[in-house]
Amino acid sequence: MTASTTIEARFAHRFGTSGFAFDVDLHLPARGVSVLFGPSGCGKTTLLRCLAGLQRAQRGRLVVGDQVWQDDASATFVPPHRRAIGMVFQEPSLFPHLSVQGNLDYGLRRVAGAVQRTMLATAVELLGIGALLPRRPDTLSGGERQRVAIARAIAVGPRLLLMDEPLASLDAARKQEVLPFLDRLHRELTMPVVYVTHAIGEVMRLADHVVALEAGAAKAQGPLFEMLARLDVPTLAQDDAAGVVLACTVAARDERWHLARMDFDGGVLWTRDVGHPLGSAVRVQVLARDVSLALAEPRETSIVNHLQGTVQSLVDDVHPSNVLALVRVGSVAVMSRLTRRSAERLALAPGQPVWVQVKAVAVVS
Amino acid sequence: MSAGDWQAVGVTLRLAATTTLVLLLLGTPLAWWLARTQRSRAATVVDSLVALPLVLPPTVLGFYLLVLLGPQGALGQAFAALGLPPLVFSFWGLVAASVASSLPFMVQPLRDAFAGVGVRMTEVAATLRASPLDAFFSVAVPLSRRGFLSALTLTFAHTVGEFGVVLMVGGNIPGATRVLSIAIYDHAEAMNYAAAHALAGGLLLASFAALLALNLAHRRRTVAPA
Repeated sequence: MTASTTIEARFAHRFGTSGFAFDVDLHLPARGVSVLFGPSGCGKTTLLRCLAGLQRAQRGRLVVGDQVWQDDASATFVPPHRRAIGMVFQEPSLFPHLSVQGNLDYGLRRVAGAVQRTMLATAVELLGIGALLPRRPDTLSGGERQRVAIARAIAVGPRLLLMDEPLASLDAARKQEVLPFLDRLHRELTMPVVYVTHAIGEVMRLADHVVALEAGAAKAQGPLFEMLARLDVPTLAQDDAAGVVLACTVAARDERWHLARMDFDGGVLWTRDVGHPLGSAVRVQVLARDVSLALAEPRETSIVNHLQGTVQSLVDDVHPSNVLALVRVGSVAVMSRLTRRSAERLALAPGQPVWVQVKAVAVVS
Repeated sequence: MSAGDWQAVGVTLRLAATTTLVLLLLGTPLAWWLARTQRSRAATVVDSLVALPLVLPPTVLGFYLLVLLGPQGALGQAFAALGLPPLVFSFWGLVAASVASSLPFMVQPLRDAFAGVGVRMTEVAATLRASPLDAFFSVAVPLSRRGFLSALTLTFAHTVGEFGVVLMVGGNIPGATRVLSIAIYDHAEAMNYAAAHALAGGLLLASFAALLALNLAHRRRTVAPA
């Protein structure tokens, strides 16, 4: 894909019966995963369907790279089957009358060119479904079905991959089974992906770019690391799992204590050593509820990770007993959820130097 | 069985096959439309019209068809204006009457089968580059196999068994409009019970065999591991 595949989408629609209206203006990057994040009913699935052309917004303009897929001014509306998309639905939705191979071939036979064969091989390899090809969909587990559905969408070599909560129909164990494959897609696919979810964990793990949707409007959009560190995006900051993700490099490991040192732009964190090779780039999640603040360097404490930082801002949390503090550490920021009482006792204010204690960190990918 | 009876068997089979074919071509798009627009007012009206032959006495349907197709009727006059032979008391008149009276037997099973396929499957097909027509034939039709099997069997069997409509529109012309059910009626009227038995018994067995085969086919599809 060339850098020109930027996606520009503007959709406005009002539903006659429910009165629900949405009006969004998106600018999504040409590479990486853009996550449409928001609570159920915020319009994220509708938005995805408008991108696919399965639903036609009353007013809209959609340009993907050099192709115009919808434009009111010229009365352009490209039907879904003429758009170079791949789509993964919440339910795997495999064709029950075809084998796994038949499902993969279905789209493939309808796109031109021998080039696509290589895409099929890539898709089968990426999703690890080589052994499933002769099977019928009803003999597969839920996780396997969704992997086949993802491969089927990729195999047609789309210019834009759309994923509508692909993990939502799976139980926790199946999610864990499919997530590593999504990590691989994230690392190895070059086509832009628009991914819908209401799970902040998936945002932290998979997103490069985040669009926070609420009640049919895009409240904020931007790169993941910036978006997570924003306290003014309620859907992100008020989640129980609110926090930030730091881009780290595995810099050292301590064999004796089974710990790994993660270096980021501003400090180091020690995490449980889960076997990432030295020098590899990983995402480390630091949740606001696991971060506490102190005015002096904590010494007699069980907490391993201490960082020096500066309070950048404080905002109210959902419950009146709590506040959220954003603390700058080097060039990044971490979020801390603390009681209002503590904030007052420490007289926390923007610009104040503090020590940041991180009780728990998790390597998410 | 007499030569006349064999002739009646021939007319009946020809009529049932022709009616089933015509209804397959007309009923499939109609059923698809009904399945996809179930909530619209027009669809509700059409759905009720389609079901009418199920509740009307066949003679009522036959009577109106006779009026419509007859020399004074709108369709009869249109046919005459085009220089075509009259429909009433002809084989093709019977086909028209059977199409009307067997319509629900084709449309209803297909409508239910198409509704069961769900919109999602055709949406998936669209995102895999299939045009709506392509998606219909490559996804909706294979997933509605059972519906087609039911619709074809029921339409054929119902046409074979039709009596009232046929009598009103087609009369009783050997080789052209004299079908099995009318031949049986004639034999019974003439107290020729042996001949009536041969035809009635044959029809009974054939109908039962058809329905049994249909149910067995359905059962195999549900019970057998795919």
